[in-house]
Amino acid sequence: MLAVENLKVAYGQSVVIPEFSFDAPKGEIVGIVGRNGMGKTTLFKALIGMIPSASGSIKVDEKELVKKPSYERVANGVAFVPQGRMIFPYLTVYENLISGVSGSLDQEDIDEIYSLFPVLEEMSKRKGGNLSGGQQQQLAIGRALMTKPKVLLLDEPTEGIQPSIIKEISRSLRKIGEMKDLTIVVSEQVLSFVLDTCDSVMVIDTGRLVREDRREDVDAEMIKEMLAV
Amino acid sequence: MGDYTAEELQSIFIMQGFSGLSLFSVLLLMGLGLALIFGQMGVINMAHGEFMALGAYTVYLCSNITEQFFPAFTPYYFVITILVAFVVCGLLGAFVEWLLIRHLYHRPLDTLLATWGLSLILQQTYRSIFGAREVSPRLPDWLMGSFTYGDVDIPINGVFVLGLSVIVTGSLVYFIYKSRFGLKLRSTVQNRSMSGAVGINTVKVDRLAFALGCGIAGIAGAAFTTIGSTGPDSGSRYIVDAFLVVVSGGAASLLGTVGSAFGIAQAQSILEFFLEGTKGKVATLLVIVVVLMIRPQGLFPSKVRSH
Ligand SMILES: Nc1ncnc2c1ncn2[C@@H]1O[C@H](COP(=O)(O)OP(=O)(O)O)[C@@H](O)[C@H]1O
Ligand SMILES: [Mg+2]
Repeated sequence: MLAVENLKVAYGQSVVIPEFSFDAPKGEIVGIVGRNGMGKTTLFKALIGMIPSASGSIKVDEKELVKKPSYERVANGVAFVPQGRMIFPYLTVYENLISGVSGSLDQEDIDEIYSLFPVLEEMSKRKGGNLSGGQQQQLAIGRALMTKPKVLLLDEPTEGIQPSIIKEISRSLRKIGEMKDLTIVVSEQVLSFVLDTCDSVMVIDTGRLVREDRREDVDAEMIKEMLAV
Repeated sequence: MGDYTAEELQSIFIMQGFSGLSLFSVLLLMGLGLALIFGQMGVINMAHGEFMALGAYTVYLCSNITEQFFPAFTPYYFVITILVAFVVCGLLGAFVEWLLIRHLYHRPLDTLLATWGLSLILQQTYRSIFGAREVSPRLPDWLMGSFTYGDVDIPINGVFVLGLSVIVTGSLVYFIYKSRFGLKLRSTVQNRSMSGAVGINTVKVDRLAFALGCGIAGIAGAAFTTIGSTGPDSGSRYIVDAFLVVVSGGAASLLGTVGSAFGIAQAQSILEFFLEGTKGKVATLLVIVVVLMIRPQGLFPSKVRSH
């Protein structure tokens, strides 16, 4: 579904991702773990087009997106839940949800998000900035789902969120993935969330993919060691 | 003011107040367009006055065409012309954004220079086409009279133009706060790169916002023809006042724009009666300086997009 090949990303002269390739098959949840500063956010921003890629290829359903602006990537089925949520603080919850929808707006789609995250319906008229971290995370996921993605990218969705809500996010991601046969790529610093949620686990180190295991083959101790400084 | 009785003073205030309403309307429409463009894109459009002049010239042209070819239509043409001015200026705005502005978003100084250059080009173009002399459209008779109410004459064109600016302001507020496009505009102002990442075509949002701001300047130009005649540099004479409106109102706030346009127009109109033209302007400037000292957040907005 998502095929990334030889992707290179740099900020000016400083190359953060020298070369990165991976495949995320349809309906699978892929975890990317790595310490702070290893390039997870840079990789995601390049995938959604918030920063340009120096070279390489990003294909969704065989379609090349690497040169396209963000909104066209979204139109081709990529959606992004950024680190720190980045909801629009001055827009209401409802406005946040529909902000990215182009063309006609289906009440059914909104109701579906509300049934996944009931708190969003209760808060629909509140400003996004007034929500708690966990609620904002649900809003950011809901906003991404509103564009009907084939591939959902989540950058450190558990950062700064209460443990009880982390479990809930893990559960809803599995549920959404199954319901929509969605491909999900999620980055984390914490291994436990990835082990709870993902079908396979990749380890990123200074912008390179250094390990890739199926969930059942993961040597948790070994990866924990790699994540420790 | 000692030479006037209280009653005379009251009439003067009311009358100058009403004549200030036309100025208010023009300044408000100019300020709204400028604030929209500045708030959305951080672009200070030095050519905004020339878009206003283009709106006024459009009315003049339509007036000539109507008189020559459809004289029976003369009483009505003005209303339709307002829409024509909006469309003409909006289209030119979209073209200018495509040709010039979009390449300069990350370079505010270059944008300032480029739009200033554009204003000179447009002024010269007007001079070549319409000549250096000021021109006036033939306004329909119904627009020229006035109501008399006691001692006070209320000019109909003032009331008409005021109504026009109320309608435009109301439509703009509705458009920005209720429409789907307005939502995309507000989210782009709040976070441009994230807006792209949720699926908003921010390139299109920019172009439409710029075109809309210029279109509203065109409506300001149409309103302007009811209070003055149009020359190649008419726009540049209003641009300073329009910037004052935006700066003292706080560019992020529509309500601020309305309030400061009203204050500036009324202050000028009433002070001009007592102090003659230029002194009235200086006094108005002083008032603005004082306002800005008390309420500096009026000066430059909190929510201009960051790059
Ligand atoms: N805007 C930027 N300009 C230059 N370097 C950056 C920028 N953003 C991040 N980096 C660098 O890129 C590297 C990877 O950062 P990041 O992708 O944020 O890592 P992670 O998300 O895994 O914590 C870090 O060394 C960081 O300093
Ligand atoms: Mg990060």
